[in-house]
Parts: sequence; structure tokens; C-alpha cells
Amino acid sequence: MIGRRSFLITTLMAFGFAFLYIPILSMIVYSFNESRLVTVWAGFSTKWYVELVQNEQILNAAKLSLQIAAINATGAVILGTLAGLALSRFRRFKGRTLMTGMTTAPLVMPEVITGLSLLLLFVAMEQVFGWPAGRGMTTITIAHMTFSMAYVTVVIQSRLSSLDESLEEAAMDLGAKPAKVFLLITLPIIFPAILAGWLLAFTLSWDDLVITSFVSGPGSSTLPLVIFSKVRLGVSPDINALATIMVTIVAIGIVSAGLYMQRQERRRERDIQAALAANQ
Amino acid sequence: MVNVRPETKLEPWKDPAAEPYIRIERVTKKFGDFVAVDEVSLNIYRGEIFCLLGASGCGKTTLLRMLAGFEEPTAGRISIDGADMAGIPPYQRPVNMMFQSYALFPHMSVEQNVAFGLKQDRLPKAEIRERVAAILELVRMTGFSGRKPHQLSGGQRQRVALARSLVKQPKLLLLDEPLGALDKKLREHTQFELVNIQEKLGVTFVVVTHDQEEAMTLASRIGVMDHGKIVQVGTPSDIYEYPTSRFVADFVGSVNLFQGALVEDEPDYVRVASAELERPVYVNHGVSSPPDATVWVALRPEKIVIAREPPASLEDNCAEGVVQEIAYLGDVSVYLVKLKSGRTVRVTRPNMRRQSAAFDRITWDEQVWLSWDPSSPVVVTQ
Amino acid sequence: MSTVPRSQARRQPPVFLAELMAWIRAFGPYRWASGRLKDWGVTGRTLVIGTPYLWLVLFFLVPFIIVLKISVSDIRLGMPPYEPLLHWVEHQVVTLKINLGNYAFLFEDPLYRNAYLNSIWMAATSTFFCLLIGYPMAYGIARTSPSWRNLLLMMVMLPFWTSFLLRVYAWIGILKNNGLINNTLMALGVIDDPIVMLQTDFAVYMGIVYSYLPFMVLPLYANLEKMDLTLLEAAADLGCRPMKAFVTITLPLSIPGIVAGSMLVFIPAVGEFVIPALLGGPDSLMIGRVLWEEFFHNRDWPVASAVAIAMLVLLVGPIMILQYNQGRQAGAHR
Repeated sequence: MIGRRSFLITTLMAFGFAFLYIPILSMIVYSFNESRLVTVWAGFSTKWYVELVQNEQILNAAKLSLQIAAINATGAVILGTLAGLALSRFRRFKGRTLMTGMTTAPLVMPEVITGLSLLLLFVAMEQVFGWPAGRGMTTITIAHMTFSMAYVTVVIQSRLSSLDESLEEAAMDLGAKPAKVFLLITLPIIFPAILAGWLLAFTLSWDDLVITSFVSGPGSSTLPLVIFSKVRLGVSPDINALATIMVTIVAIGIVSAGLYMQRQERRRERDIQAALAANQ
Repeated sequence: MVNVRPETKLEPWKDPAAEPYIRIERVTKKFGDFVAVDEVSLNIYRGEIFCLLGASGCGKTTLLRMLAGFEEPTAGRISIDGADMAGIPPYQRPVNMMFQSYALFPHMSVEQNVAFGLKQDRLPKAEIRERVAAILELVRMTGFSGRKPHQLSGGQRQRVALARSLVKQPKLLLLDEPLGALDKKLREHTQFELVNIQEKLGVTFVVVTHDQEEAMTLASRIGVMDHGKIVQVGTPSDIYEYPTSRFVADFVGSVNLFQGALVEDEPDYVRVASAELERPVYVNHGVSSPPDATVWVALRPEKIVIAREPPASLEDNCAEGVVQEIAYLGDVSVYLVKLKSGRTVRVTRPNMRRQSAAFDRITWDEQVWLSWDPSSPVVVTQ
Repeated sequence: MSTVPRSQARRQPPVFLAELMAWIRAFGPYRWASGRLKDWGVTGRTLVIGTPYLWLVLFFLVPFIIVLKISVSDIRLGMPPYEPLLHWVEHQVVTLKINLGNYAFLFEDPLYRNAYLNSIWMAATSTFFCLLIGYPMAYGIARTSPSWRNLLLMMVMLPFWTSFLLRVYAWIGILKNNGLINNTLMALGVIDDPIVMLQTDFAVYMGIVYSYLPFMVLPLYANLEKMDLTLLEAAADLGCRPMKAFVTITLPLSIPGIVAGSMLVFIPAVGEFVIPALLGGPDSLMIGRVLWEEFFHNRDWPVASAVAIAMLVLLVGPIMILQYNQGRQAGAHR
């Protein structure tokens, strides 16, 4: 009975993972295809990779995207950590409800609305203050920070709410002022969450097409914008090559992070066992 | 109870000229509509181990947190060593606290944890090292200074937390359920250790606990709390032998309570009649109570004698019943005896002889007599 | 602080960091700035709350007010392509010109109503299929051995961290007329002529289900992994067969996970633009795409704004109220 059911589950699971991975694998396989006709196999070749690294437009776009993503992630982490701190450590302040709403709303807001509203804001600001003059990297970064800080806030807030508040109280009790408590106790303990938030914000920005389309200007084409305009015209093999590179980087990152975490976990378990044994 | 204290007993609360170290004056704390602490006034003296005892939610932890500075009183005044504590943040109070969860910083070693407080005072490195080493020796954790908290057992963590809160030589140490997370064997051992350390350093302890045994062992005085109010303050034996209310009698230890009325009220003795007992209860000390008031007689189970034969005098302080249940606990046995009135009385009896078939002990459904000394019952009026 | 007066007397001379801090504190502009901040009652607390607050008000709240304003303006040619609301007439009199025509237009033209309903329908259907595929996956992962579990979880996470756009793009190569599926089927002789799949609603469904599957699996897994397995043992002990135990115990207990996963899929799917734009045909109407086209192709900012406001009121509002109530319920249970 139990064996049969687990066979069913295994089959369904295998189907699910196949569904997840066949499209990715097909991109990887066809990135090595000789033929321009993406789906007809004509022999192994790395020429699309060569073409990719010679494509100025894509390289420039990637560079711009990297810059924006890094600045955005850093800014979003600062804003998101402050917001998470405010929401989880200051129980009462004026406009708390509004702030809670504003930090969760971007999570459920369709991207088209966020993009449109920010563009209209930038246009109005330019009319009134003359800044930002036109749209480009600055406006893209501001827009990305606004929506990705909401995600960071959620990550930080949930980490802070699971953090034993008596740790912070103990530090204060031992003579540390609030700012010092944050730097010496809270920050080191929630650092993994901050790192996760940074990576999340980086990925969101790196990946964003819709909001960027609204707030970008001439000469500020990020990588998703370039990819989108290319794939609208049909499949192109150098995009397959690009996808393969990106999947490889993400896979290496995830696997090494997973292995690192597993090792930490094992070491921790061993330590706990040792401590218990010593106690007896 | 344990008595590790020297014979010259310190009882400053009996000396009207003694200056209290902590003064809590009509302190109230409200969270919204909920009154956590309700007009509590309390004096605690230098060198005491004062235990706040009560069920969870009675306000004892809130009171402790107000002493530490984590909560501000809604009304009332707290002063420590003559200084008003209003508006003084926790990091400026001459007070340290040991947390229930120990709150050891997980990213710091034992040594860094203990040194944290001293570093906040910007002491010279050499002195910090010296004092950390000394306090770790006191709590017998010298060999563990490089370990992280997760590499320690529960008992070791408790000792590190104690060392960390003592290393700044506070005049007042607050302990929130200090032994709550330890298993029973370790707890007993640690209780004695805590008392020893307290004497060696001369620190004043305020301990919060829900465990009456812990309070009895540690405390010089106990404050019993209920619904945000202090209901009785006294030495452990005062609290146990002379409870002033039904709540305290019932909360500390177990007790048989009989409702009744005073039939004779003299300065040196009283007689109480209760519908649940056929014969009156004679108490050989006076009671201050308004006439006609309902009173309760509190009788501890270990102070009742159980026997097959009737006592010498059948006039008062005895009752007849049938054994309903026996619980053998090893050191003592608990008897539940049903009286003729239908009331069940709890009696404990030490097992002074080994149980065996040859030993003819009182057993189920036997007719027995219960009796007690006139000094044993306590009359409470509320 | 005052507990160790004895040792405070012989304080160590300031180390490097302390020296630096002292130098910064003595620095004129710093002193001036911190003094002014103190005068205005700015503390660490106000900075922590105020900074993100100000940012969100400026870049999240104010934009909506502008969108609201433009949605009641008239369209005009030029940049920006809308008329100002306030008109100055003869120096002093200000007239307010509100044009509700944009909203009326939304209700009159069935295009918008259909797009709106179609978005909800497509998002809901896709969510259902995500659940159908995702539940066995989450269940399977939660019930395998811990070492396998980590590997499988990583495999769910990988697409989640990979570019969304590229994953949608991969489906073009699979679904098009000479794509992977058609080529395979024709090679096997199942079909003679390619099935048209790209630029149909089917492709949009595939794209949404595929893209958002990890969002369904992860919360479901988190829920199923937490479940107390002794409950199933108790059920078996009381004579319940495994299939029935699943239906009467596991499934009801996993409802919070199902709700969380469904929200995570449904909410972004409703406003989706990329997937219908790349995989859908010209008649795959989704509200996000309509807004996009109104804005970029027709350059009708007022109508695009009206569409945004309508979406906000009819879609985002209800979702937020639902979430708020759920949060309150969860809070009350604790």
C-alpha cells in the first residue's frame, strides 16, 4: 500500500521536475547548435558564445544592469533593514499602519502599475524641480529600490521577529546604548538575512523588465530590455548562449551555498552532540 | 529547608531604621486595558535574596523588567539605592539581569560574552581579561572560554549567563526563572551554588520564579504575587506556616481548607465550627477577624496524624473517615480520607519503615481517625 | 555604567577607533549637524523610522496621487500628453477641470471589461494547474530523506533565481511550429502538420504555470515539512487507510500552505505582461498588457492611468484586504 503510493508520488515528482528543467535544458543544448535555425540540430559549436562576447550592445547592457543591480541591492538593503527594524522594534509610532501598508503593497502591486506611477512621478518632478533631467540609470535605480526594498523588508522583518529580543535587552542591560546594540548584536546575528535580502534585491533588479521599460530613457537599455527586444523578433541562438551562462552562474551559486549551509549544519549538530555528551 | 546562611541572621526588614535598597512605591503597569502590575509597594534590603513567586501572568516578570528598565511604570516610583529610576535607560542602571533564555550572544565565545559588559565601560584590556578569568573560575567554566554558546550544555550556559551578569559587580542582580531550563537533578545542585555565590559577592538578588521549591530554597524573603498584586511578603517559613489568605495557603504547598465560623473568639485561642467537620477545630492562638465573618481553617497534610485508634480526646481536632485512595510516592504516602460529611481530606505520612508484606499498613477502605495538634491549623479570613 | 566607579578612574587611553570617533565628534560640521538634528528633536529612532518612511511616501504614495490626478485629465498632444487640472483664469480665479470620461470609456468599451475578467480567469486557471503539479512535488520533497531533500529543494530554487524573461523565452523554442514539441511529434509520425501552439492562450497558460511553479512549491513544502507525522501514525493506528488519511488529515492541515502558494501565483499572474506579450496571440487579452499598449502604443496616458486606478481598486484592494484579515486572524490565533 505504502510502496504503491510513494511510487505514484515519485512519478508525479519526476514529471514536475521534468517540466521545470526541459525548457532550461533545451536552451542549454541549442546554445551549442551550429545552425541558426535554433531547433534543427546541425552539430556542436561554440560560435554563439563567441558571437555573444563580441556583441557590444549586450555587453554594455549587461554592464549597466550589473551596476544598477548592485547599487539597487545595497540601497534596498539599507532602506529595507531600517524599515524592518522600525516595524518590528518600535511598537508604536505615528503612521505605523500606513508604513506597514506601504511596505507590503509593492509585493502585490502589478508591475505595470508601479512602473506607470513612477514614470508619471518622474515626469512631474522634472516639470516642477527640473530633476531628474530625463530618464536613465538614476530613475531606474530609484524605481528598483522602491519595489525591491519591500522584499528586503519582509525578509528582515521575519528574521527580526524570530530573533530572541532578550539578546538585545541583555546587551542593553550590560551597558550598550541602542545604536551599539544594533551594531554589535543585532547586525551580526541577522547578517545572513541581510545577505539573502541583498541577493534577492540584486536578482529582482537584474531581472526586471516591466518597471524598467517605463522609467528608462534613451541610452539606458538594461539587459532585460535588450533581450526582450531581441526575442520579440524570434528565437536567436546567442540568447540561448546567454541563458546558459546565467543558468550556470546561478547553479554554481546555489550549489555552493547549499553545500556550505549543509556543512555548517553538520558541524553545528556535532557540536551540540559533543556538548550533551560532556554534560553527562 | 536549606540553611547555608551563617547563624547571625540578617533580617533588616525587622529593623525600622534600616534603609531599603530598593523602594517600589505604588507601582502600576498597564498594557492597554490590561493591568499587569497593580499598585505594588515593596521594600527590598541590601544583601537579600528576594523571590517573586506566582503563576505565569501574575505580573512578576513585568515587575522585574521595570527594575531592569525595559518597561516604564505607568504610575508609581521605583528607586534603587536612593536614586529615582524614572527615565533612566537600562544601560545606565546599576543593575544586571540574568534572562530566562540566558540570552547568550550566539556569535560570541564564552569569553566575549562575559567581557561584553566590561567592554561597554571601556575598561583596560588587561583588567577585562583578569576579571573575566576570575568570574569564570567562580562559576567553574575556566576551560570553556573559547566555546560558542551552542557548544555548551544547558547547565554550562546557565553558568555563563550568571558569570556575564555578575562580572560588572552589580549591586543588584535580577534573575528571571534562573533554573527553569535545567532538569531536576541539576536544578537542586545549582540552587545551592547560586546561594553560595550570592554570599561570596554580597550582591542583592531579586529572583522571579513560578516554582515554589526554588523560591523556598533560595529566598531570604518571598513575595507571593497574584493578578498583579503582592498578596503576602515573608520568610519562606512565614509563607508556609502562616499564610494570610486562602490563595497563599493553596499556592504554596498543598493544604486542606475547611470553611466555617468562629464560635469562640478569645485573645489566646479560638474555636471554629465547620459543617465539613463533625467536631470543632481548636486553635491555640488568637485571630483578628470581625465577628460573624466567614473564616477558613487551613491544615497542611503532613500535620495530620492518621491512625486506626481514636485519639485520647474526642472533644475537638479530630475526625473519623474511610481511606479512599493511597498514593505511594516513595518517601511519603498520600492518603485521601473521606469524612462522614462527604469531604475528602489529604494526609501525608512519611514511610519510615520499608514496605513489605509483613508490615501491616493502613490500607483501602479502612476506618481511620485523623487528628492534629492545636498549634497546626491556621485560620485565614480571605 | 556607574557600577564600576573604581575601575573607571583608571580608564585606558583611547584606542584608535575611539580616537577617530573623538576626532569626528570634535569636527566642526559634524558638531553643527548633530546639534541642529538634536534641536529639531531628531533621534536615532526618528532616523530609523523616518528614512524608509520618507522614501516610501515620495516614491510609492505620491506617484499614486499623480496617477489618480492624470486619470481624470484630458489627453493632449505633446509632452507630457495630458492637460493640467487647474486652469488659471484672469489672474485669480482657478477652475478645476475634472474629466471622468476616461473612466466612462473603460466601462463603455468591452475591451477593458473582457481583459479584466480574462486576466482573473487565466490567473485562476493557471494557479489551479500550478497547485496540481506543485502539490505532489512539495509533498514528495517533504517526505524524502533529508540529504535528497536539500538537493531537490535546490533544484526548485534554481529556476526561481534564473532570469524570468529567459525562462519564458525558452518556451518559444519549444512551442513554435518548428519547435521541440512539433518536431518530436512529427518525427514520431504522430502528426503530419505542426499544431499551432505559440501565440495562443494555451501558450500563455503554459508560460504562467511554468514561471510561477516554484512560488507554489516552496510555501507548500514549508507547510508540509512542518507537519507532525505522528498524526498520520495515529490515524493509521485508529484504522484509517493511507489515502483516506491523506484526504482527511494531510490535505486539511496543508490549507495554509495552499492559500499562501496560490496567492503567490495568482497575484503576479493577474497583472502579467511579459508572458502574454511573448507567448500570447493578439487576442490574448490581459489587463497588464492592455495598460502597456494604451501607454506605449496609443500614448494615451490618461486612459492608461484610469486602467491602473481601476486595477488598483478592483484587484489590489481586495487582495490587500484579504491579506490584512488573514494576518489579523493569524495574529489572533497566536
